[in-house]
Amino acid sequence: MTKKEDRFTTFEKAAGKLNVASSPHLVDTAMTTRSMMIDVLISLAPVILMSVYVFHWYAVKQLLICIASCLAAEALFTRMRNKPFSLLDYSAVITGVIIAMSMPGTAPWFVSVIASFVGIGIGKSVFGGIGMNIFNPAMVGRAFVMIAFAGYLGASGYEDAGSLVDAITQATPMDIFKQSGVVPSLSVLFWGVTNGSLGETSAIACIIGGVYLCIRRTASWEIPLGVILTVAVLGGIQNIVSPDSGWTVLHHLFGGALLFGAFFIATDPVTSPLTPKGKFIFGAGVGAIIMLLRLFSGYPEGVMFAVLLMNALTPLINRWNVPKPLGEH
Amino acid sequence: MADQPTATERFIQGVLPENPVYRQLLGLCPVLAVSNNMKAAVTMAASVTFVLLCANVVTSLIRNLLKPHLRIVVFTLTIATFVTIADRILAAYLYQMSKTLGPYIPLIIVNCIIICRCEVCASKQSVFTAASDAIGQSLGFALALSSIAAIREILGTGMFFELRVLPAAWPDWVIMALPPGAFLTFGVMLAAINWISSNK
Repeated sequence: MTKKEDRFTTFEKAAGKLNVASSPHLVDTAMTTRSMMIDVLISLAPVILMSVYVFHWYAVKQLLICIASCLAAEALFTRMRNKPFSLLDYSAVITGVIIAMSMPGTAPWFVSVIASFVGIGIGKSVFGGIGMNIFNPAMVGRAFVMIAFAGYLGASGYEDAGSLVDAITQATPMDIFKQSGVVPSLSVLFWGVTNGSLGETSAIACIIGGVYLCIRRTASWEIPLGVILTVAVLGGIQNIVSPDSGWTVLHHLFGGALLFGAFFIATDPVTSPLTPKGKFIFGAGVGAIIMLLRLFSGYPEGVMFAVLLMNALTPLINRWNVPKPLGEH
Repeated sequence: MADQPTATERFIQGVLPENPVYRQLLGLCPVLAVSNNMKAAVTMAASVTFVLLCANVVTSLIRNLLKPHLRIVVFTLTIATFVTIADRILAAYLYQMSKTLGPYIPLIIVNCIIICRCEVCASKQSVFTAASDAIGQSLGFALALSSIAAIREILGTGMFFELRVLPAAWPDWVIMALPPGAFLTFGVMLAAINWISSNK
């Protein structure tokens, strides 16, 4: 043991007796990483239940594969870095659930395993583990497999004629609209009895879970508000410009992964800005990039890329929104 | 100049201990740009070897005539001469490969490995030492480039030197053949090598 570590441990011992701590001096210590993560799991419950209801075995299979591989990846990479084993904080489980919910049910097992290992490894561990990552780990993993195995995650990956579920044999509403301009009914998008990535189909499930997260203050309400407002405004402008397309503002809001992304992915506290104003700007940026990609790119949906791009801008937003100390002019 | 490394030391250092790519982080442009298949990587490594060897030998021959304030210009002109020769030879005999490599062969002119070797070794040491240094460094460069290219080609297409090594059912990792694959593979390799050498 080196001298420096020695001094550190003596300091720690003294700290135990004297109760020396740096700010913030929190009296309420109820909000730990673990309790936050459990909150996220509770809020994901409606989404998970809905996905199991719509996709049956496919959803269960994806969930099991993703959670198991995320935990394995976390165990492996923390061990490689000689860090304490941190499975009990549930962060890897959340990453696993979010990756699973953002996958189409028919994606083969190795796609989910690779997404999990890339997400935890390249998305999180290389930056120094939990709390240090620049990009949302789940989205890093998904972006990797999205580019590596576009065929399994794109439209053709959905069309599995031999499946038990009716929903899975159709292309997703976003794809159908992109390719042939057919508009699905709003109630289908709202309840989520349609095809898509597992967690994205049901708007109502995302809203219930998301509102719970915001009320518990585990997620900051500024981010989803920013996303939804921007999408609503830009979708409204698009409606005015081309009123006969039939894809209304509500289609933009309820369709695709928008609500799932706004409530569960963009709100990751590690990769989003710190101040309320910064959070709103972040949300608005995500919404704007989503609309840009939906309307003008080849992809039917852009939530993943929007979140990753805004993650990259988070340090800049933080720098622009440093709160003024009291009394400074 | 008693403290300069000998020819053998120069050669050994170039291959692994002072590997131009993994240790000195030089010449990364071709490493990232032409490493998505083995054929292109080997052609690139061969061109760099030719240019580095010739430039080192010529620089070493004229080392007593070099003026300190003009040496970089002389290095660059020497390198440019041999790069032009390599570029034209490729265009004449391997036209398709020359097309594939595009601007990356002319870009060898500004490859820092070569100018670095001229500066560090060839302008100070004998022709024999300079030549062995050039071969060692080229070997190190070829090793690094082909290790990345092998990983990218096998994962990206399931093939090695355009021969199928993985079963046809192998799902191609398209991302490995695209630019992100180069950055990720290089980063992971660099981390792995640092990890191994720090555990020694």
